[in-house]
Amino acid sequence: MRGATHAKWAAGAVAVALAATACGGGGSGGGGGDGSGIVSSSWGDPQNPLEPANTNEVQGGKILDMVFRGLKRYDPKTGEAKDMIADSIDTKDAQNFTVKIKDDWKFSNGEKVTAKSFVDAWNYGANLKNNQKNAYFFGYIEGYDKVHPETGAASAQTLSGLKVVDDTTFTVKLSQKFSTWPDTLGYPAFAPLPKAFYDDHDAWLKKPVGNGPYAVDSYTKGSKMALRKWDGYPGDDKAQNGGVDMNVYTDNNTAYTDLMAGNLDLVDDVPASQLSNAKNDLGDRYINTPAGIIQTLAFPFYDSKWNKPGMEKVRQGLSMAINREQITEGIFQKTRTPATDWTSPVLGDDGGYKDGLCGDPCKYDAAQAKKLVAEGGGIPGGQLKISYNADTGSHKEWVDAVCNSINKALGNDKACVGNPIGTFADFRSKASKQQLDGAWRSGWQMDYPLIQNFLQPTYYTDAPSNDGKYDSKDFDKLVDQANAQTDKAKAVSTFQDAEKVLAKDMPAIPLWYQNGSAGYSDKVSNVALNQFSVPVYNEIKVN
Amino acid sequence: MGRYVIRRLLQMIPVFFGATLLIFLMVNVMGDPVAGLCGDRKCDPATAMQLKKEFGLDKPVWQQYLTYMGNVFTGDFGTAFNGQKVTELMSAAFPVTIRLTIVAIVFEIVIGISLGVLTGLRRGRPIDTVVLLVTLVVISVPTFVTGLVLQLVLGVQWGVIKPSVSSEAPFNELLVPGLVLASVSLAYVTRLTRTSIAENRRADYVRTAIAKGLPRRRVITRHLLRNSLIPVVTFIGTDVGALMGGAIVTERIFNIHGVGFQLYQGILRQSTQTVVGFVTVLVLVFLVANLIVDLLYAVLDPRIRYA
Repeated sequence: MRGATHAKWAAGAVAVALAATACGGGGSGGGGGDGSGIVSSSWGDPQNPLEPANTNEVQGGKILDMVFRGLKRYDPKTGEAKDMIADSIDTKDAQNFTVKIKDDWKFSNGEKVTAKSFVDAWNYGANLKNNQKNAYFFGYIEGYDKVHPETGAASAQTLSGLKVVDDTTFTVKLSQKFSTWPDTLGYPAFAPLPKAFYDDHDAWLKKPVGNGPYAVDSYTKGSKMALRKWDGYPGDDKAQNGGVDMNVYTDNNTAYTDLMAGNLDLVDDVPASQLSNAKNDLGDRYINTPAGIIQTLAFPFYDSKWNKPGMEKVRQGLSMAINREQITEGIFQKTRTPATDWTSPVLGDDGGYKDGLCGDPCKYDAAQAKKLVAEGGGIPGGQLKISYNADTGSHKEWVDAVCNSINKALGNDKACVGNPIGTFADFRSKASKQQLDGAWRSGWQMDYPLIQNFLQPTYYTDAPSNDGKYDSKDFDKLVDQANAQTDKAKAVSTFQDAEKVLAKDMPAIPLWYQNGSAGYSDKVSNVALNQFSVPVYNEIKVN
Repeated sequence: MGRYVIRRLLQMIPVFFGATLLIFLMVNVMGDPVAGLCGDRKCDPATAMQLKKEFGLDKPVWQQYLTYMGNVFTGDFGTAFNGQKVTELMSAAFPVTIRLTIVAIVFEIVIGISLGVLTGLRRGRPIDTVVLLVTLVVISVPTFVTGLVLQLVLGVQWGVIKPSVSSEAPFNELLVPGLVLASVSLAYVTRLTRTSIAENRRADYVRTAIAKGLPRRRVITRHLLRNSLIPVVTFIGTDVGALMGGAIVTERIFNIHGVGFQLYQGILRQSTQTVVGFVTVLVLVFLVANLIVDLLYAVLDPRIRYA
């Protein structure tokens, strides 16, 4: 520690000396404030190999957001999908799109970003033999069922809906109308890939090469990745710092302790046990902002006991028996906001979020709850079991609190119990194989800030994340209509009509919207989280 | 002696197979690991099928075990779910944990045995009572409490150490974590040595040595200590394996990317290859450490012979 302090003094002195002797050019400041300082940040070990179409969790996603830029990028403040490499994406019928890209983009190894860089990357991502976990993102493109059939071998290697026209133009044909499809292209799975990716895949995985504001300097799997500002970056969201060191922490408590001791600049996941101290410890340097994540309780529609008429009243009653205000304040220290619809406030009013859309069924009313549950014929089997994974995420606390609230409202000590399941993998395996009874913790973290993304993958008949097998013709019809609308405002309002069907059927009880929480040291400034609760690294300034 | 070693080595074979088979079965009954790879959503069935095929999870368990063991003998420990070779994970994790274990064992030997000799020779004196009380406290306080308190006090309040160990994990950063890891065993070593020394102090050979007029220092180190070390060596030997596998708590607190961290990660993600691979190596470490302990007995006490 002593040594480190000395080193810092020495470095500071050198920096001051350099600043003092530098000629008065366009330099904006001396010391570390000239944009060359390095930010150190906490990180978790990514679960999957770091490839754009294979990364489906936050830790790997953070890196992709620094190393890659796609056709579009979501504005970190508003969530709006803005053109990045795309020059224009035109369509006349919401099904055939012509994509034109800007001419001046390069990968950090000097290779040019062309239409082919996109088409090849998407074909790679969709191809069954490459095992890409995000392959279904390409599912709207024509020919996906040939490249990635549900069973058996693929009968084609490339998507028939993708065609390169020239260096800067390609066309996309979708298998159905989807007017807001261009807004999905900010998702990292749609990033372009350089030739090096295919030429020497193993080497690329060891040190990914992309086209974003940062280039990977060194990567020791499982412990550290050093990213440095790429000076040749052509975009206008250039890095405001010299680089970011991502350090893998075995425990976010240790990361928090390191932040307190001044060894770390940024913790983007304040541990639950420290939430009550964070405000005192950090003051303004504690961030608690909404993220595109909603937590729900899902029900098994594959079980006839839960699917018979009258059960919607029981589900509504259970929803009314949950005191969301009390739980979000008592257990989550206000890092959750009681939910009143099935989307997230980060969408904004134009994007489809509507406060209170769920209406009375999402308001706490113990008397009405008891009445509704009785009218509906009582809880099937006499007891509601809420399943959750006990290994990560401290779900036990809130599940117990929810049960407590339900038991109190219904005046029955045994109306609801928690049902812990050992590991996340086992929990997910049971959920996706329809082996859970009662209810289970469910949630949705958006892939892109669109109302479609909150509703279709989770409640549409046979959709990939519709684990409860909810099926409603009314809902499906409205979603199809909304997707076919070419006018965005109309599409959004039709999606909200579909959401009203959910309020009637209550296939999943909305619990709360999740916030992202982060803390940073006084060595850095201009720190913010985007809608995915990922820090906007390129905007961080080192003081 | 040679025959003894060979017999012991042969005995290791069934223990090795039994232990790995048990771990293999235990990890397998935990359910389908591929389901956890896609996060909160369902893996699309075609990709899940492909992944299962790639990791050999579509075959019956006995066949998986046979293939796995076959590969292990050729030095192939398989691939973890994040695409890394398990051998690669091992070569990153084991050196760190071995360094941590060395620090811990050195603390146990140096501090533990010195305190043990000191108190054993001064039984009933104030120093003996004080050390006994301290070891009682150390044994009764859980490691994670000691670890977190030391981390907060030394790392955050006083700023004499870094609260977390960097990814290179050099020896000097491992001193405090090593002490924490060693603490409970250290207390046991102290007590074992103390009792053993106190008992042997009145033995005939010690009296003879003193009567011969040997210097006190020589009596203690060559005669008294050497014979008293047998139970202590047994303990430290088994502790080598226990420290390596059981460092999960300490490694978590101090952010050490060692064996404990990899095992924890492997269990959470149900990565059979990682868990079985690491446990296999740990089983070997355990067996070898035990063998060495048994062989050391003869060195310490010449009356012990191996037929």
